[in-house]
Amino acid sequence: MSSIPTVIAVPRLEQPGRLTQARVAVSEWTKLHSLRSTRWSLLAATVLTIGFPLLFATILSTRANPLQEHRHSALEVALAGVNVSQLAIAVLGVLLITGEYSTGMIRATFTAVPKRLPVLWAKLVVYAVASFLLMLPCVLIAFFGSQAILGRKDLLQISFTHPGVARAVIGGAVYLMLVGIFAMGLGAIVRNTAGGISTFAALFFVIPPLLNVLPTTWNDAISPYLPESAARSIFALTTDAHSLAPGPGLALFCGYTALAIAIAAVLLVRRDT
Amino acid sequence: MAARLVGMIEAQGLTKDYGEKRAVDGLSFTVQPGVVTGFLGPNGSGKSTTMRLILGLDAPSAGDVTVNGKHYRDHPTPLHEVGALLEARSVHTGRSAYYHLLALAQTHGISKRRVTELIDLVGLHEVARKRAGKFSLGMGQRLGIATALLGDPSTLLLDEPVNGLDPEGIHWIRNLLKSLAAEGRTVFVSSHLMTEMALTADHLIVIGRGKLIADTSVEEFVRRASGGTVLVRSPQASSLRDLVLGEHVSVTSTEPGLLEIGGLTAEQIGETAATHGIVLHELSPQQASLEEAFMELTRGDVEFKAGETASPSVADGVAA
Ligand SMILES: Nc1ncnc2c1ncn2[C@@H]1O[C@H](COP(=O)(O)OP(=O)(O)O)[C@@H](O)[C@H]1O
Ligand SMILES: [Mg+2]
Repeated sequence: MSSIPTVIAVPRLEQPGRLTQARVAVSEWTKLHSLRSTRWSLLAATVLTIGFPLLFATILSTRANPLQEHRHSALEVALAGVNVSQLAIAVLGVLLITGEYSTGMIRATFTAVPKRLPVLWAKLVVYAVASFLLMLPCVLIAFFGSQAILGRKDLLQISFTHPGVARAVIGGAVYLMLVGIFAMGLGAIVRNTAGGISTFAALFFVIPPLLNVLPTTWNDAISPYLPESAARSIFALTTDAHSLAPGPGLALFCGYTALAIAIAAVLLVRRDT
Repeated sequence: MAARLVGMIEAQGLTKDYGEKRAVDGLSFTVQPGVVTGFLGPNGSGKSTTMRLILGLDAPSAGDVTVNGKHYRDHPTPLHEVGALLEARSVHTGRSAYYHLLALAQTHGISKRRVTELIDLVGLHEVARKRAGKFSLGMGQRLGIATALLGDPSTLLLDEPVNGLDPEGIHWIRNLLKSLAAEGRTVFVSSHLMTEMALTADHLIVIGRGKLIADTSVEEFVRRASGGTVLVRSPQASSLRDLVLGEHVSVTSTEPGLLEIGGLTAEQIGETAATHGIVLHELSPQQASLEEAFMELTRGDVEFKAGETASPSVADGVAA
């Protein structure tokens, strides 16, 4: 730059557009795909959801002892990755909110969208759609891929059209999507990355095994209603006496998710940034 | 073409408490379009808090503030009403400048073309695809300016915009602010430096410890606060002295050919000299004394705890 102009003409905007919910969703989609952390988390979720079942199936099919196969079910193999990839999905859900707070981006976001709630709705919808559309093919590939590998040894074969199988496989993707937006709700409540991830880990990985120290009757009475076990019933093929059926489980976890989001929404509008 | 640029900020008894701490204390002021209004106060006096209150990022504990007649959040096209550069960083460090601007633009259906136009305007073309986390302070400020201009706003809020800029960048910002005001926009810009404000602003709102100290034109402030001393060296010093002497003007002389004139700006003295063909060898406003005067004015409000009546005479003298 050689000399500084005295008059700096800012180009005028021909048509200033209104702020709409749909436009905020487009904006949130841009935010989602323009971060490296998003791409890495989603890549990790993809690799884990598909990779684990294929690895699991390969190991089983190379085993000599056919007796051992009965310890496992076809769906357990096909959905083995979901248990691991849920962590990547949950961490990203938390980060998509808390990353804005830790960097200060939230102030720019709320300056553009001062009513704030449209941002929360847009983030939830965009992440739900993106994670489901990505995870659905992943669980399908995991199912058919693991079946093909096991099929070479004629092990654990089950048809996709067998009652409950399609529901359980697609349920795996639904589960991941719901876990993601549940985590997003937690992130919006605590507004802090470490806090959000710890809260999720506590609810999903720490508290459920801790309940095993309770007397069995208590444990059986409480466990099915925890967020984690309610959510898992979505992709369980068989339900025992102490777990919820897929329908009620899904409904209960949707309830937990709605509660987290409702708390987040109230706090979002009230708190200073 | 968006012809309507007229905007106004109106604060009424604006107050903000953070726990025990009162950051903003009963501020009432109006910021008018068409001029650069400086928002002046020492560090910690509540300028950034006031900016956040105007944007609704923080909620006032009492009082009210509107932009163009409404609460900021009630405008259907917020970015077209107000563009803001906040003091605290407001950019995701992992996102490129281009996508940062694009995401904010998309909330109002603003085109990609405008995003690139603004990137060019602020001189970030070469780094637009780099992660904003790698930006220097100056580049960050430029990105903030581009963000503020996205919606072609009628009002601009800029919190310490020259922070971290090199002299060339500071000069550029000054010209930008003046250009924006000349187009009829409302330009509200904060600084803790009196000298910076004296160069950029037309009008001043001065605060100390969250309270209004002065709401006045820069000229008036300079005259009242600093005694308006301008150092003049001229071979015709005595003629000049006779010409400028008046009711509000004081002239002292410590050596022949040197005058220290109070009550007039350097511009006024220079023009008087030119009209009467008087040769000037030096004409220098005493900026240091300006800064001192500002510190003098706000010192009571920085130091004393029960400051309600600490410096009434100063406040009266300036706000009058
Ligand atoms: N979020 C906050 N929480 C607590 N105190 C705050 C907060 N923001 C500002 N303050 C306090 O309010 C006062 C005014 O701060 P600020 O508005 O940043 O002043 P300025 O911008 O004029 O330097 C300071 O004493 C500051 O410590
Ligand atoms: Mg500040």
